[in-house]
Amino acid sequence: MTTMAPPAVRLDHVTKSFGARRVLDDVSLEVRRGAGFVILGRSGTGKSVTLRHIIGLVRPDSGRVFVHDDEISALSGEALAGVRRHIGFLFQSAALFDSISVGENVAFPMRRHTRLTDREIRERAMVKLESVGLEKDYDKMPGELSGGMRKRAGLARAMALDPVILLVDEPSAGLDPITSEEIDQLLLDLKRREGTTLIVVTHNIPSARKLGDELVMLHEGRIAARGTVSELEKSDNELVRAFMASTHAG
Amino acid sequence: MVRALQLSRVMLDLASTRTTTNLAAVGEFAAFAGNAARQALLPPFEARETVRQLYELGVRSAPLIAVSGVAVGVVLSMHTRASLERFGAESMIPAGLAMALVRETGPLTAGLLLSGRIGAGIGAELGAMRVTEQIDALEASAVDAFRYLVVTRVVACVIALPILTTVMNFAGMLGGFLAETAVTGMSLGLYFDRAFALVDLTDYVPATVKTMVFGFIIATVSSFLGFTTSSGTEGVGRASTRAVVLSSILIIVANVLLVRLIFFAFPEAAG
Repeated sequence: MTTMAPPAVRLDHVTKSFGARRVLDDVSLEVRRGAGFVILGRSGTGKSVTLRHIIGLVRPDSGRVFVHDDEISALSGEALAGVRRHIGFLFQSAALFDSISVGENVAFPMRRHTRLTDREIRERAMVKLESVGLEKDYDKMPGELSGGMRKRAGLARAMALDPVILLVDEPSAGLDPITSEEIDQLLLDLKRREGTTLIVVTHNIPSARKLGDELVMLHEGRIAARGTVSELEKSDNELVRAFMASTHAG
Repeated sequence: MVRALQLSRVMLDLASTRTTTNLAAVGEFAAFAGNAARQALLPPFEARETVRQLYELGVRSAPLIAVSGVAVGVVLSMHTRASLERFGAESMIPAGLAMALVRETGPLTAGLLLSGRIGAGIGAELGAMRVTEQIDALEASAVDAFRYLVVTRVVACVIALPILTTVMNFAGMLGGFLAETAVTGMSLGLYFDRAFALVDLTDYVPATVKTMVFGFIIATVSSFLGFTTSSGTEGVGRASTRAVVLSSILIIVANVLLVRLIFFAFPEAAG
């Protein structure tokens, strides 16, 4: 008899409010290991807050959040850091550390969490930068990069420790369609090559179609629909159908 | 009459809400500062980042302190001369200046100058990191952002302030010498002999050690305001300004209490 592996991520009846505003309202979902999971929805529907729950940057008012077997919503200190080491996070703004170079941004997680030598860290950071096409920009400062380059550098940093789960917040936001497609392709390659679980927040439908094995659509803090692309396209919910039919490119 | 009563009730409610909010903020700050003090004493120590902060906050403040110290020394010397000349006690100018600098003017001026330079810097830097999600990115990278950003700055400030105060004292005495030698042609050796004739360790040590408290105040107040910044770039500007204002006020108030404490612990320092 085989036991089924736990899902990569599980949200169990999560509710979260900021002040009087309820952002997530009894949200439950599961993300299979190695899947591409897309969270769709209009602006302000709780998509980014959901990602922040998964990495423990935000704690639910009620409900629980699991990453593999660990209840991350109940962890703190070293135990929380231990789970976070297996998760990469690409922020919407890339959130590069602006006081250090692009290469050092990518090297930063390795310096903190590995015993590699300076030379090994530099080599590995260079490999990560190569994978996003920024190998010539190691010594540049983040302020010298364009929006697309910053996002790619942020992706290289998120991949620095070879995470098993990669959280991606609005990969297409503020990018032209070609750069946006390049980022999607990078994410897809990573998922196929490394088996990384991708959890992507977007309101870009072409991007969602490409990356999503499973999708959920959030509306006013609740899950309005869930399923594959074709299932959402045939949803009974008119809002969901309209959203899926849009070709908005972020 | 009824409207006046309603108005006073609204104003009372508003005052009560503000008081509650301010008290909550004071409580939050006290917890923040207590946590910083506790974590500064417990491993793991972020040695590399602390040394970097010592350079950024300490070494890079040295020119400001040295130049200001010389200017303060010149001005103090001129004032002291004007006063002591009346009593024919010009020979006491170096000692009087040294005593004033070491006991009070040096520590307090250094504290206030550094609350401007360091306080504004920390408030703006951490505030900008907060609004651009860099602090979240640190946490997401499994780094304890509080220990990495706040504790390192607190330790650096607590170490840097007494050293910079000593720089201020010596620069002040150099300024005093320049003013004195311009008037009387006094030699450097004689000036410093006279300056140190009345100053002893009980003048220097407690007054300089108290600047560690100033360093703690500057670092914790400005880190707290930066760390809890919201409302985008406007919030960053506000955090930076409030960091300077609040840390300056707290330094002045703490100075009164610390001087009282020093006089109690070292009665000879009051003489």
